[in-house]
Amino acid sequence: MSALAVEDLHVWFDLPGGRELHAVQGIDLALARGERLGLVGESGCGKTTAILAMMGLLPPSASVAGRVLLDGVDILAGGDRTMRPHRWTDIAMVFQGAMNAFDPVKTVGSQITEPLERAGIASGRAARTRTGELLELVGISAERQDRYPHEFSGGMRQRAAIAMALACEPKVLLADEPTTALDVMVQAQILELLVRLTDELGLAMVLVTHDLPLVSQACTRAAVMYAGRIAETGTTRELHHAPLHPYTRMLFQATPDLHGTGAVRSIPGAPPRLDEPTVGCPFSPRCDRAFAPCATTRPPLRSAEPGHLAHCHLEGGA
Amino acid sequence: MSPQELAEAVVPATADTRRRIPLWGFLKGHPQAAIGAAILVVFALVAILGPWLAPYGPREQVGPIFGTPSNPHPLGLDDAGIDILSLLIYGARITLIVGFAGALVAVVVGGTIGIVSGYFGGRIDNLLMRVTDYFLVIPDLVLLIVVASIWGRSLRNIIIIIGLVYWTFMARLIRSQVKVVRERAYVKRAQALGASHVRIITRHVLPQVLPLILAQTVLMVALAIFLETAISFLGLGDPNAPSWGRMIENAFDRSAISYGAWWAIVPPGLAVAIVIMAFNMLGTAAEDALNPRLKVSHLLRRHFRMRPLPDREDPR
Repeated sequence: MSALAVEDLHVWFDLPGGRELHAVQGIDLALARGERLGLVGESGCGKTTAILAMMGLLPPSASVAGRVLLDGVDILAGGDRTMRPHRWTDIAMVFQGAMNAFDPVKTVGSQITEPLERAGIASGRAARTRTGELLELVGISAERQDRYPHEFSGGMRQRAAIAMALACEPKVLLADEPTTALDVMVQAQILELLVRLTDELGLAMVLVTHDLPLVSQACTRAAVMYAGRIAETGTTRELHHAPLHPYTRMLFQATPDLHGTGAVRSIPGAPPRLDEPTVGCPFSPRCDRAFAPCATTRPPLRSAEPGHLAHCHLEGGA
Repeated sequence: MSPQELAEAVVPATADTRRRIPLWGFLKGHPQAAIGAAILVVFALVAILGPWLAPYGPREQVGPIFGTPSNPHPLGLDDAGIDILSLLIYGARITLIVGFAGALVAVVVGGTIGIVSGYFGGRIDNLLMRVTDYFLVIPDLVLLIVVASIWGRSLRNIIIIIGLVYWTFMARLIRSQVKVVRERAYVKRAQALGASHVRIITRHVLPQVLPLILAQTVLMVALAIFLETAISFLGLGDPNAPSWGRMIENAFDRSAISYGAWWAIVPPGLAVAIVIMAFNMLGTAAEDALNPRLKVSHLLRRHFRMRPLPDREDPR
């Protein structure tokens, strides 16, 4: 059974004037224990909204449909009420810009202790010891827990945020751009840390990023999102070498390649508006291989290998 | 092009000042502001058109002492046989003028001191804030009684006294906001480009604190009207200006209560209450709109909603 399975997840946001923005339009994901899945796509495609929905952390202006299964149990069914007992204890998150997510007037340690005490895992001296262990786990010495966030470097704060996410030993970790705004050396450290932690603790991890090389490096599988939907999902190798969806191919072409000879090419155009219903394939206006059915018919789910799926009209790869 | 002009062409510094609050949308989204504004428009029109609207003059004896409300005098007559409705209409002028002028003095003095103090900091800040503290610890009522009796009873003096009492609030408030704004990166950028203090204050700091000043001004007018009424009631108002406070004081003084002439006290009292309420409604709504963080919606115990799945559009 999958540690985390997301089935047909939709998110809408209320707009002024009774209109709606369909930010996430039915995505499916499945992760086994210890598996790392990359969720990639350009800014505004719904990556962060999707994982916030999995955490049940959307604002009151959002409405949600679909299922989020944790070990086969739908934790989204009752909204916030059914989500609350699992949040942070079973499914935890490293927020985007997590290094700025600390309260500047409380010590780092006390902020890691907070979820421990809230979840009733440890308190007092035991919680302090556990906080120390958590910091050691991410490579920060235990006695630093009495320091304030401003006394930490950016990379250390990022690692402390990961320690905070791991506090209640969750089964699933959602990491929203955990390495953005860090220099490459620290980026590599954080990535190594996340890979090591998922291997050692058997965590399932969703790594949200727009950095494709990062995903290839850290994840076995990836899902490419476009305009609130999953364009293609498969192993990172398949996505790189045999993409089924032109968007995936163009995304890789837009990424500088260390060994590559080809010039970096951008994708012209912009994603469609999500406050109006899309007809056909949302990528068709920007697609270099669009043909007749793309503009009118929703592309079917096509599969090349087991587990390698794409929503595209093209047969035989992009 | 100087480096500064170049930088401001790339990053327009005026972006903040160009942001306008759409008045109509604001009134539509805040019903209490719309009600407050409507009340104030009515009172302002009455004040402006006073001499044409009032059936009688403010010093014209038209009937018996404390004449009861009747058809030609719907609100009755006062102790000198003057029509109360006419007095009320003339009083709106005085009261609103004193309210606005008093608030303006407080805002201009307090705002300037707040901006200078917050922007320059250090010794200037220390000096100005100690002066502010000094004014803050003097009891308002005592200060205004003393000043009014020394300077004499005139409208101009009342306006100055109101400014004197309320500028301290404004100075403190603006100072703290300016202190926040002056640490922003774009202020440092302007400094690095060699912008003068005057330029930074007018182009970068003022546009940021202006919404706050505006909202506070509206609330300040309400306070000023209240204070004017209080001063007049204590018998320190301008004897030649029939403000609402003076009407109440006069009626009280001439024992309207023992005559049972409620109509001499209730209408001006009600008018003061309604106008102050209207200013408060408008002011607090403006504060909300200009500083949305006052409504901390993410702390509300409301959550996202669940809804049924839409039909699958794609075959699988």
